[in-house]
Amino acid sequence: MLKTFSIGGIHPHENKLSAHQPILTAAIPEKAVILLGQHIGAPAKPVVVKGDVVKVGTKIAEANGFVSAAIHSSVSGKVTKIDAIVDASGYAKPAIFIDVEGDEWEETINRTTALVSDCNLTAEEIVKKIAEAGIVGLGGACFPTQVKLCPPPAFKAECLVINAVECEPYLTADHQLMLEHAEEIMVGVCILMKAVKVNKAFIGIENNKQDAIQLMTKVASRYAGINVVPLKVKYPQGGEKQLIDAIISRQVGSGALPISTGAVVQNVGTAFAVYEAVQKNKPLLERVITVTGKSLAKPSNFLARIGTPMKQLIEACGGLPEDTGKIIGGGPMMGKALVNTDVPTVKGSSGILIMTNKESKRGEVRNCIRCSKCVSVCPMGLEPYLLGALAENVDFERMEKEKIMDCIECGSCQFTCPTNRPLLDYCRLGKSKVGTMIRARQAK
Amino acid sequence: MNLILMAVISLGAIALISAAILYIASKKFAVYEDPRIAKVSEVLPQANCGGCGYPGCSGFADACVKADSLDGKFCPVGGQPVMIEVASILELNAEAAEPMIAVVRCNGTCEHRPRLNMYDGAKSCAIAASLYGGETGCSYGCLGCGDCVEVCPFDAIHMNSETGLPEVDEDKCTACNACVKACPKMLIELRAKGKKSRRVYVSCMNKDKGALTRKSCDVGCIGCSKCVKVCPFEAITVTNNLAYIDYDKCKSCRKCVEVCPQHTIIEVNFPPRKLKEEVLEMASIAEA
Repeated sequence: MLKTFSIGGIHPHENKLSAHQPILTAAIPEKAVILLGQHIGAPAKPVVVKGDVVKVGTKIAEANGFVSAAIHSSVSGKVTKIDAIVDASGYAKPAIFIDVEGDEWEETINRTTALVSDCNLTAEEIVKKIAEAGIVGLGGACFPTQVKLCPPPAFKAECLVINAVECEPYLTADHQLMLEHAEEIMVGVCILMKAVKVNKAFIGIENNKQDAIQLMTKVASRYAGINVVPLKVKYPQGGEKQLIDAIISRQVGSGALPISTGAVVQNVGTAFAVYEAVQKNKPLLERVITVTGKSLAKPSNFLARIGTPMKQLIEACGGLPEDTGKIIGGGPMMGKALVNTDVPTVKGSSGILIMTNKESKRGEVRNCIRCSKCVSVCPMGLEPYLLGALAENVDFERMEKEKIMDCIECGSCQFTCPTNRPLLDYCRLGKSKVGTMIRARQAK
Repeated sequence: MNLILMAVISLGAIALISAAILYIASKKFAVYEDPRIAKVSEVLPQANCGGCGYPGCSGFADACVKADSLDGKFCPVGGQPVMIEVASILELNAEAAEPMIAVVRCNGTCEHRPRLNMYDGAKSCAIAASLYGGETGCSYGCLGCGDCVEVCPFDAIHMNSETGLPEVDEDKCTACNACVKACPKMLIELRAKGKKSRRVYVSCMNKDKGALTRKSCDVGCIGCSKCVKVCPFEAITVTNNLAYIDYDKCKSCRKCVEVCPQHTIIEVNFPPRKLKEEVLEMASIAEA
């Protein structure tokens, strides 16, 4: 019997169209646009000005506060301006514009592919190096990694949990990364274990990636304390709380931090980025991104520089199909539709999904029939039908009592609803309103 | 027969005992309520819109009776006449307040502001705004899902299907503030109604730089400050690339309307302007 999380969950069609497509190196863009707010927390503060010449790996913005991350140039060239650009959500956000000239890297970066497995740094030095490299959680939430590696003193880390489940349909970036860079990932995991001072690590991989499980298990046998845990295929297993439940059978209480269970969760992509940052001095300036869709000529996995326009990656897959209805940044469950394809990739871009006109249409919204399917699939044990109705009737106080803040916005409720009710939309609205209420109360 | 008699007697007895209990209870547990609260309540419009800031009309009546003065208390629905009545009941002075009206500060109609994408989520501005910037290039403009129409207790704001923007019904709007609170883009403002309902205002909330604004909307404020320079009353300020007219200082001279290159500043309820030739003609007639 394979392990999985205990409550709720759904089985969307996997549609891993780009599985086993080798990671292609995407062309360097002619003009890179690097957003300053690519992570949760305060946007980074630029340290370059117009006209500065930067190399690949030059720090162009520094962390602005405790929860923030540094940003490095992903290209070499000249900074043309620091100005607002419309980002994927349609809002103008500050960004650094760089005109690319050549491809000159900072000398400190080790660009060889040889494996460097020894690491003699102390935990503090590792965390400092990770912070310097601007690494954030690459699963999509983009939480600055150094913050997560330094849990509040009240908690003690007991084990490291590596999220390699890739439960989102369509996405294959992590899968392919494991197949091509298993050794590097293991070294990265060892470094992370050292950073949080634990000697146990679990790598959770869903059972639909048999080759990755086999390869990772084989490689892990050479490293002490690392176990690969095959998991039953179920969405949203990649949620931090769900993954902890699935692997070490401990539940994160309502409103509690995941560290309260003693587990530190990191994405497999983050482990690879940590390896590159600590062992090769390479800051986070490129990532693996899946470009996929049923109508797309050739769904692929790319290693793309951060700041590459999404349009360029879609072109490299054979161009935008004519009957495209929606372009989604991320996976189909948690991702958000892009307002246009000129937006640049960011640290959190795990995929670009092209949906046809037919696929992208929402069904007609009808009345709730009280089937309680949403209740049975909610992985947090909430009652989405009720939360939806409360949001519709503007009763946010009651929503708070119904634990809306526990919602992880996985969208399982909306996916399963037979009457197409926009439950996730209502939950998101409720979360933002209740969040504002709570902050206002705390400020008093 | 006997059965019916028994029933009548027993029910009658129960009725009498209950009446006695109720009578005693009403005397013993009576709560004194200021009779003025009921009187004030009577003159209030009973719309229970909450526009005064109190929970419903009775809440407002209660607050008025308990307060020493009526400063800061105003019923936007009833307006000045109702407040004068309330004041006379309570023997206080009613604060003179200018009548206000809700104004929608976006003029980005379909022709001025091309749609770049299509929103097909839940029909709610609050939800659309929590997801993204909107269907057009302007992330400050009206989303057009009609949250303001939904909340209006007076049926005073409606979507114009041609422009895709809400329009305020001058006669019905009571400035209760409900739409102002409902708009997630903070587009609606309560402004002084003005003499003869004539008003001048900047119909835009776009804080982007001029070049970016111009790209997304033909009638967006680009923050050029021409209006600031021409205004003889220092009523206009530009902050964050957006002009704002202070309605207390504005004398409705409409010079700003003429100079605005984007036609963002809007005048309402003014008689149609006379053309220059006509003005000269009239002057010559007057001279003659």
